[in-house]
Amino acid sequence: MASDIKHFGHARWSEVAALLGPALFLFAAFVLLPFIMAVGFSFTNIKLLQTDKVEWVGLDNYTRMFSLKLVEAPAALVKVQQNPARQWRQLKRADPVAFDGFQYLTDLELAGSQYLVGARDPQFLRSIVNTFLFALLVVPLQCGLAFAMALWVNQKFRGRVGLRTVFFSPVVTSMVVVSAIWGLILHTDAGLLNQLLRAIFGEDAAQPDWLGDSRLAMLSIAIMSAWQGAGFQMLIFLSGLQGISNDQYEAASVMGASAWQKFIYITVPGLKRTLVFVMLSTTIMAFGLFTQVDVLTGGGPRDSTTTIIFHAVRVGFREQDIAYGSAMTLFFFLFVLLLSFGQKKIMERLGS
Amino acid sequence: MSRSSEGALVAGKLLHLALMLLAGIVFAYPMLFMFAAGFKPSETIFAELGSPTALIPNASWTLANYRAMFEKGSIGAYLFNSGLVSLVTVVAGIFINSAAAFALAKLKWRGQGVALSLVIGLLIVPFEVLAIPLLLIVSKLPWIDIGTGAIVFGWLDSLHVQFVPFLANAFCVFLFYQFFKDVPDELLEAARMDGAGALTIYLRVVLPVCKPVIVTAAIILFLGMWNQYLWPVMTVHTSEARTVMVGLQQYYGRTTQWGEIMAYASIITLPVLIFFLAFQKHFIRSVVGSGIKG
Repeated sequence: MASDIKHFGHARWSEVAALLGPALFLFAAFVLLPFIMAVGFSFTNIKLLQTDKVEWVGLDNYTRMFSLKLVEAPAALVKVQQNPARQWRQLKRADPVAFDGFQYLTDLELAGSQYLVGARDPQFLRSIVNTFLFALLVVPLQCGLAFAMALWVNQKFRGRVGLRTVFFSPVVTSMVVVSAIWGLILHTDAGLLNQLLRAIFGEDAAQPDWLGDSRLAMLSIAIMSAWQGAGFQMLIFLSGLQGISNDQYEAASVMGASAWQKFIYITVPGLKRTLVFVMLSTTIMAFGLFTQVDVLTGGGPRDSTTTIIFHAVRVGFREQDIAYGSAMTLFFFLFVLLLSFGQKKIMERLGS
Repeated sequence: MSRSSEGALVAGKLLHLALMLLAGIVFAYPMLFMFAAGFKPSETIFAELGSPTALIPNASWTLANYRAMFEKGSIGAYLFNSGLVSLVTVVAGIFINSAAAFALAKLKWRGQGVALSLVIGLLIVPFEVLAIPLLLIVSKLPWIDIGTGAIVFGWLDSLHVQFVPFLANAFCVFLFYQFFKDVPDELLEAARMDGAGALTIYLRVVLPVCKPVIVTAAIILFLGMWNQYLWPVMTVHTSEARTVMVGLQQYYGRTTQWGEIMAYASIITLPVLIFFLAFQKHFIRSVVGSGIKG
């Protein structure tokens, strides 16, 4: 057929099927199908090892994530029992029906009176707070570090390639291995970091329990994650820096601009797109935090490092409640989708 | 005047050197320490942790950790399993994904646009969303037992459960697709004039010119498989099919013999690091390529 020769590519179906078939089949079976199942499961009460009949439960899994119950703590009770969690349990014992399915989350003071807040899944709500906290810590840390590293190795000096290699090598190392090494560094009594603190500040230096203190554990994980991942964003910044033409810098030098002025008026505007891209993609990655938590803290101490994905895996896999686990991962997906969509919009607005 | 500016220059150089040293220590020390600690009795690791001599071999260095690890654990088997899973994924993944990308980029057929947007749409679905239902799917799938030829149901605790779901990789398809779009049609047309079909053109003409993307895809697929963690934790509970990262997590959770843990961590990290140092340029290019897809 003459037209076949003229317009390259008009292919026979058998050829398309042979080339594309394997990939499409695998995508259908291992991506599309599980995704549709996740959506379906999230409206049922299915368990991993199903023994009862599967029932549609509508939006129950979704309301379970966010259900709150607010009660005023009776003044009489507050007087005898200071601990709000115990107050909650006493109230629950007095009226099991009204409090059914709710667990204590937190207490708060509103207009001078003491309130107790319960939730159907307090761990999930804490996991959202923890995940946001992690993102808030790790994104500036990791992106700032990566930016500084990129600016540095972009200079011309001896050893820059070696330095770049050193910065990047943790990226190719597995997070499980990195976590194991840092477990040794962050160890309370004998860990490297606390030994270093003693060496610098003397024997009575502060010796924080980096992974065992609920106020510090997430910060420790964020520092470790930034250390492991920054080399990746460094390379992306580097390729952005190489995209800025040298002429601009030379012209600025001729006009007598200082290094700082060049940085503010040439480098930063030239990297605007890269900066937005790197920050948002680091945020998306931060929301998926799982491995570090699973190896180092198991979600503790006192749920302070339980993230959305860690909780979803714990519930959906280890506790076999795949319906509720799926609902939580879909909530996570919605969030990732929103961020990606926002990223696309911002990139479009910034132009190329 | 010139003397003081010379002095400032020297001071600046020294400061820069000191900064480089500090950065080098912060980023390289943990890994070097891991290798050193693997050769030490567990009792002396903590004692020597902070001293600068911790990295220098001395009389107390021993191979006992490595010996214990090979005797006790099944590290040999785990390394073999990880190697096999990674190798199969790299080899099969390159063919499957590049063939798909070729059909999407260079052939003309009805439904092409839909298929392409489907693949790009898949890029955004995080694995975490799929993991739980996928577990249910693979627990029911059939497989032919190579030894007996019998058909068995359920893929859990096997090697194939760890790679089959990851052979088709939307990101790799996308990488190949971008490369193929820039391959000139004339090159393919010449082959077609000689009477070659699409499959022949793919194998004889297209694959040989896309070596750089093949290397990139191989690195991404290899790193993903060698370092994979969540999925093996969920699907493999017996030691026969266990891969190295789950093995390390188990080790980490069960013993306080830090020397052995570090020896284990060294052994499973070394192949990747050597590979990285040898092919650094390709690694860096593939990372930049994988980062800038927006």
